[in-house]
Amino acid sequence: MKKRVYLQLNPADNVLVLLRHVKAGEPIEIGQQRVVMMVDLPLGHKIAARPINVGEQIIKYGVSIGVATRAISFGEHVHLHNMTSNYIPTRAP
Amino acid sequence: MHREAKGYARSDGRIGIRNVLLVVYLVECAHHVAREIARPFGRQGVHLIGFPGCYPSEYAARMMNSLCTHPNVGAVLLVSLGCESFDRAALESHVASSGRPVATLVIQSKGGTRKTIRTGRRWVKETLSRLDSVRRIPVRVHDLVIGTICGGSDATSGITANPATGLVFDRFVAEGAACIFEETGELIGCEDVIAARAITPTLGRLLRDSVRKAAKYYTTLGHGSFAVGNAEGGLTTLEEKSMGAYCKSGSSKISGLLKPGDKPPRGGLYLLDIVPDGEVRFGFPNICDNAEIAELIACGCHLILFTTGRGSVVGSAISPVIKICGNPETTKRLKDDIDVDAGRVLDGVASLQEVANDIYELTWRVAGGAQTRSEALGHQEFILTYKYFEPAGPACFPVPSEPQ
Repeated sequence: MKKRVYLQLNPADNVLVLLRHVKAGEPIEIGQQRVVMMVDLPLGHKIAARPINVGEQIIKYGVSIGVATRAISFGEHVHLHNMTSNYIPTRAP
Repeated sequence: MHREAKGYARSDGRIGIRNVLLVVYLVECAHHVAREIARPFGRQGVHLIGFPGCYPSEYAARMMNSLCTHPNVGAVLLVSLGCESFDRAALESHVASSGRPVATLVIQSKGGTRKTIRTGRRWVKETLSRLDSVRRIPVRVHDLVIGTICGGSDATSGITANPATGLVFDRFVAEGAACIFEETGELIGCEDVIAARAITPTLGRLLRDSVRKAAKYYTTLGHGSFAVGNAEGGLTTLEEKSMGAYCKSGSSKISGLLKPGDKPPRGGLYLLDIVPDGEVRFGFPNICDNAEIAELIACGCHLILFTTGRGSVVGSAISPVIKICGNPETTKRLKDDIDVDAGRVLDGVASLQEVANDIYELTWRVAGGAQTRSEALGHQEFILTYKYFEPAGPACFPVPSEPQ
C-alpha cells in the first residue's frame, strides 16, 4: 500500500496531519489541488487543508484545537507561529 | 472463551500478577541504606520505592498504605532513619493486617548504615523464600485493573497508539475488567464529550468539575501539562493534546471518578483525578509520568498501557508497563524498548483493530508472567511527592441503574 503524505482525521477538519517528513520545494497533492511546501516539516505536523482567516477556529478531530492568529494559506504549516490555544497558551520551545 | 492467567492470592480477595518484595524508604535520609539493601536482589523481584519528605503528608501515607498492600506485592521491608515524620508504625500495622510479611528497620536504633544494610539483606533473602509459598490461583478478566497513560506524546500518539489503546479498553471493559484513565489536565477541551459518557448526570457534573479544577490549577501555575517535546512533535495546543489523549479512554460509558488510592468498586471505565484539591500548594500536579503511574498503581492497577510518540523508556516498580509507540521512526530507533508498534498504522501495514488485538494478547501474556521490555531492562522507576486531596464523595461511585 503506497504511503499517504497526510491524514484528515475528521471530515470537518481544516488541518491535515503529515504522515512523513516533507521537504521545502516538494509538491503535494491535496484533494485535486497541488501545493508546494515552503519549509521542511517533520512527521506529525499540521498543514492547512484550505485557506484559514485570522480569528477562525482550527478544527482537528472534528473539534476546535485553537484559533488562527495570522491568515494561513492553503498547505501552509499550522503551528505555534500562526495559531494559539483557546485555553492555556503554550510556551514556545 | 474465558481467558485466565496464573496469579497470586491475597487476603483481601484481590489477585496479583507479580509477587514483588518492596523495600520502602520513609525519608530521603534512609534512601541510600534502602537502595543498598535492595541492590543485590534487583532482578529477583525486589523493588525499591520511597517517600523523600521529612514533613507530614496525609497523601503520602495514604499512597504508601495502598502501594504496600497492592495485589502485586508479596512482602514489605520499611526503612526509617528514625526521626522523620512518616508514621512507620501505622504503615507496618496496615501491611501486617493484610497478612503480608513485613518488618521495619530504624537506622538510628539499629546502629547505622552497615548494620542496617546487613540486617535488611538477611531479611530480604529469608523472605524471598517465604514468597515462594504464596498460593497461586487463576486471574480472570474481572479481577484485572488496567491503567493507561501517555508520555512523550507527539502528533502520532493521538492517531495511532491512543485510539488503539481505546479499542483495547473497550474490549476489557465489555468483558468485565476495571480500566482507569487519568490526566484531567489533558482533558481540557474535552469536558462535554467526557460528561456525555457518564453513567449518571451527577457523575457527568463531577467529571466536568474535575476538568474545570484542572484548568484553574494549570492557569494559576501559568503552565499547562505540555512539554517542549510535545510541540517539537507537532502538537500545538493543550486542547489538541487533550483530544489525542482522550482517545485512549475508548468509547465505554464512564462508571466513576477516582482519587489516588481509591479502588474501582466493580468493572467499568474510571477516570482518575490527579489534580490536587484546594489552593496550588506544591507546584505541578505530577512532575513526570512515573508520578502518575504511581497513582494509577495505588488505585490497584495490575499493569499500565503506556502510549508514546517521542519514545519514553520508563517502566515502574510494582506493576509492569507495556510500551505502545505510535511513531514508526521512534520504534525503529528505540526497538529494544517498545513492546507494541502502533506506528504500523501510519505505514499502512496494520489497522487500529489489529494493533489493539496485539495489545490485548500481550496484556494476557504479561498477566501470566511474561516480562515487558522495560521490565526485562530493569526499569523500576518510582516517584512520590507532596500533594493534597479531599476524599472522593459517594457520588463519584454511582451504582449503575437498571436498564429501562
